[in-house]
Amino acid sequence: MRDESQAPVLRELALRVNGVEHALTVDTRVSLLDLLREHLDLTGAKKGCDHGQCGACTVLIDGRRANACLALAVAHYGAEIVTVEGLAENGELHPLQRAFIELDAFQCGYCTPGQLCSAIGMLRELEAGHPSAVTTDGARLSPQEIRERMSGNLCRCGAYANLVPAILGSGS
Amino acid sequence: MSVLAERAVGRPLDRVEGEAKATGEALYAFEHPLDRPAYGALVQSTIASGEIRALDASDALRVQGVLAMVSHGNAPRLQAEGELAVLQSPRVCYRGQIVAAVVADTLEAAREAAQLVRVEYAEESPDVVLRDDHPKLYRPEKVNPAFETDTAQGDLDAGLSAAEHVVDAVYETPAFHNNAMEPHATIAVWADGRLTLYDSTQGASSAGRTIAGVFGLDPEHVRVVSPHVGGGFGSKGTPRQHAVVAVIAAMTTGRAVKLAVTRQQMFALTGYRTPTIQRVRLGADGDGRLLAIAHDVVEQTSTVQEFAEQTAVVTRMMYAAPNRRTTHRLVPLNVPTPSWMRAPGECPGMFALESAIDELSVACGIDPIELRARNDPEVDPENGRRFSSRNLVECLRTGAERFGWADRDPAPATRRDGRWLCGTGVAASTYPVYRRPCRALARREADGSYLVRVAAADIGTGARTALTQIAADTLGVPPGDVRVELGDSAFPAAPVAGGSAGTASWGTAVVKACRLLRDGDGETEESVDTRAEIEAAEQLSRHAFGAQFVEVRVDLETGEIRVPRVLGVFAAGTIVNPKTARSQLIGGMTMGLGMALLEESILDRRFGDYLNRDLAGYHLPTYADLDEIDAIWVEEDDPDLNPIGSKGIGEIGIVGTAAAVANAVYHATGRRHRRLPITPAAVLAG
Repeated sequence: MRDESQAPVLRELALRVNGVEHALTVDTRVSLLDLLREHLDLTGAKKGCDHGQCGACTVLIDGRRANACLALAVAHYGAEIVTVEGLAENGELHPLQRAFIELDAFQCGYCTPGQLCSAIGMLRELEAGHPSAVTTDGARLSPQEIRERMSGNLCRCGAYANLVPAILGSGS
Repeated sequence: MSVLAERAVGRPLDRVEGEAKATGEALYAFEHPLDRPAYGALVQSTIASGEIRALDASDALRVQGVLAMVSHGNAPRLQAEGELAVLQSPRVCYRGQIVAAVVADTLEAAREAAQLVRVEYAEESPDVVLRDDHPKLYRPEKVNPAFETDTAQGDLDAGLSAAEHVVDAVYETPAFHNNAMEPHATIAVWADGRLTLYDSTQGASSAGRTIAGVFGLDPEHVRVVSPHVGGGFGSKGTPRQHAVVAVIAAMTTGRAVKLAVTRQQMFALTGYRTPTIQRVRLGADGDGRLLAIAHDVVEQTSTVQEFAEQTAVVTRMMYAAPNRRTTHRLVPLNVPTPSWMRAPGECPGMFALESAIDELSVACGIDPIELRARNDPEVDPENGRRFSSRNLVECLRTGAERFGWADRDPAPATRRDGRWLCGTGVAASTYPVYRRPCRALARREADGSYLVRVAAADIGTGARTALTQIAADTLGVPPGDVRVELGDSAFPAAPVAGGSAGTASWGTAVVKACRLLRDGDGETEESVDTRAEIEAAEQLSRHAFGAQFVEVRVDLETGEIRVPRVLGVFAAGTIVNPKTARSQLIGGMTMGLGMALLEESILDRRFGDYLNRDLAGYHLPTYADLDEIDAIWVEEDDPDLNPIGSKGIGEIGIVGTAAAVANAVYHATGRRHRRLPITPAAVLAG
């Protein structure tokens, strides 16, 4: 028999999402992904596996890409979160969003928000000079670097052939 | 049509919902906004065969926020058979079957409570391993969807005896899981005797009818809404068990219930491609002309429901030979029910047939393209029907030129680059052209724009965009003046997005409705049904064809296979939108590379479970697995298809790709791999 007092543990949480301050009380079991999707009506970040294996939930946490499904919401007090809904500015699509549409870098669209956020984070990592497993002589944007650095973002429709040029074109 | 209007069909328009998808605005099933929804979580069996003896939910019900637990003991009685008869019996037929579900105020509470449901079983010894000498092997009545199980013509043994060259080999494919990126999800809203489902489905109309039947509801009182679907590849073709559970949960609690299958649960609950054991026998004369073809298939089904994949059916139309035979046998096992996965039948069948053709080309010493050309039939070899168009040879020749096949030295294992062995391979591809009855509505709006409604599904195929183009051309207006609405069973009834028949089926109805509107007497709305004309269509052999060319590099030290180059050439009639078509064809080939090299659902032979039931264990192709990959097509003007002149392109891309890879690996290494996937371990084992 279990203890009948097994009630959820609640904590106060404050964080910014796409520039908007949120202060709320959350169950400590809530992932950042479920916070966005089920509590803040930001369903752009997708749940593809809930285990950090597909990348569909990728968002930017304090400017760095992360799998929101592996992040506990309460561990991100004070964080600045950017989701796919926050990429366009003043109604202007982010260049990467435009490139995705023009080059047809998606089909079903379910992995797309994660691909976009991941690519933006990846381009920042490249810009900061972070090496990857395929970097030999300085980190520079190339198809090979994109393939290596984006491999955590799965696309079952198989849009990689269009994703690579979309990221390459808008990142250079 | 206005002489000024540029035709939209044939132009590479961006997806009409592209911006919605790229900004996160597109709503998928689980995402429709609701006031105070409840959440469902499934409990799965931990045995593969037996009976539930006791089910104790007392701990689960104590979790704060839990509203209900449903099981066979308290679920409403359903009018369902097979997999949809969920929570109706204590019987357990496979590991992972749904035995209960918990509904709670929050996702977290539901998930925790589901883990606390204790189930006691009377366990029986499960039977889970497919063998071609299994004592329960049987001959199904038909194979999916309604093909003859077996066919025979001429005298196979005589044909094989007379042959100068014979290939007799067994090819095996493992279970594969569709693994669309969006896990299957349903929101069920039950209010005032009416049911609304926000569902990840490939067919809103048929899903609504099916669910209405299961619950004994008037189909008019069931609405299925699915504007965006995150992939399906066959697995969302019919409602799954979780949708039934979501409805039961909504009826039980009076709350709107959101229920998503987890990625892990998908391996048991949402279908997969059966493993196959395929014996192919080919006999040819000295010139490589086939005298005999036989394709005998063994595959599995569950004990819950029969699914008989039509794996050998493709061999009935692919090549000419006077003596022929195809058979299908099934073994019912304590496994989840297999189902449709991208090109069921053609996909695994053509891995075997096109590998065997390659083996025959080696045996005969004839180039594999020339061998296929020599055996290209004039008419459908089994029924004598005319092909509406058959441009396989043109695909092969066009691809050969583009890929650089002419200089190819057929000798295997002779091209070495350091520790890499290099090779190239080719395989043919085909997929039938189906068309199903459909309804549609076209309306002229007050502002002069047009609305088209059809309960079609856009699961990533670009259906919304293609239908916009088709409607625009029929009406003689720019595509920007047409709004296509789909993904709602409240719209005119449409067939499922399956069998690569979407554009042909829905498009025929859209053309008909738009023509009526265009040519009418000022009516502002027209509704049509295409059943009569589709049922009256001439009986022809209608198929798309293609050829895949693959270059591989095989690392002799690690067994790793890299694929630097893939080219697909297709003959698929009118290409409505070259941008989305290319994406879809490349996507199919990308999935084919996964099938060839990465994907395999590994059965736990003792407990009857798929062991690698997540995306860390089941490897989908990703960025780093791809290099140069392209799809092109040949001009094909086929007037015997539909008003658009199109053939389906959703599935043909995967068909043949795995064989092309395996044939290239043979060319590189001299080793013939007859079992997929060709893993590093398989390469090193030789």
